[in-house]
Amino acid sequence: MRMGLLGKKLGMTQVFEENGRVIPVTVLEVGPCFVTYKKNKESDGYFGVQIGYHAISEKKATKAIAGHCKKAGLAPLKYIKEIRMEETDAEGITIGQEMNISIFKEGQFIDVTGISRGKGFQGVVKRHGFKGGPATRGSMQHRKPGSIGGGNPQRVIKGRKMAGQMGNKKVTVQNLIVYRVFPEKNLMFVKGAVPGGENSIVFVRHAVKKQVEK
Amino acid sequence: MHPKVAAIESELKPNKEIPEFFPGDELEVHIKVQEGEKTRTQVFTGTCIAKKGTGLRETFTVRKISYGEGVERIFPVYSPNIVRIKLLKSRKDNRLAPRAKMYYLRKKKT
Repeated sequence: MRMGLLGKKLGMTQVFEENGRVIPVTVLEVGPCFVTYKKNKESDGYFGVQIGYHAISEKKATKAIAGHCKKAGLAPLKYIKEIRMEETDAEGITIGQEMNISIFKEGQFIDVTGISRGKGFQGVVKRHGFKGGPATRGSMQHRKPGSIGGGNPQRVIKGRKMAGQMGNKKVTVQNLIVYRVFPEKNLMFVKGAVPGGENSIVFVRHAVKKQVEK
Repeated sequence: MHPKVAAIESELKPNKEIPEFFPGDELEVHIKVQEGEKTRTQVFTGTCIAKKGTGLRETFTVRKISYGEGVERIFPVYSPNIVRIKLLKSRKDNRLAPRAKMYYLRKKKT
């Protein structure tokens, strides 16, 4: 079964292996999540499971969210996310069910989606790693992008790398390894870095490009 | 650091006896060295010139003069390869200035 859960990035630390090697790990707090709705072919045209994370008080929730969660017999949830899957995969999942970190095993591959740290409007050197020109001797080309096109075609080609907003964008990192799971704390160590800052919301799912054993 | 990360770090800390030491102290660091199949213990003796980081990520730098050449090594405090840290002389006995980072020792003439 391929499934995903919502969680929070708590920060990074390191772990020592027996031979003294240092492994950089990200600490994620994942779940518990609740199934709020199941999409089906008759009314929605496809199959999928909708999960929610982070219970909030009825006062804080909008009426639409509160009503939607109430239908599933749940308290209002702050974050809601849909995961598309085959009908056969969704068989064991019922509306209102709690799903926790135990669906992830140590050594498994996962994909983590988050909102990357916003860096504002950045030039071409920081944003795309352009080399820039010389700093001195009247160069006037220090951090400029240079030419953005020729005389033919008489326009700038789409996708040309230019200055603009950097970061604060949805980013997915694929095939990260679950290094350790702490089921009673809902915590997880993931080898390597994950997009976003501390306390940012992340979506963790079984790696799309790896096989999951049944 | 997030309090939950700090909590899990303190939980994962190995039960090792580490003496309280400061930059300027003279230390003897026993390091596990793997040579092919065999493991042996190597001793690195010198002056601690800096401590960096907190929790599991804490490191310290030891400097010694070896055959007239300054040698520095950075050790992670909680690495399993560090067998023992022994305090030889405190910074007060060494008559060194109380500094958090003793980088001035690099330029000091001996």
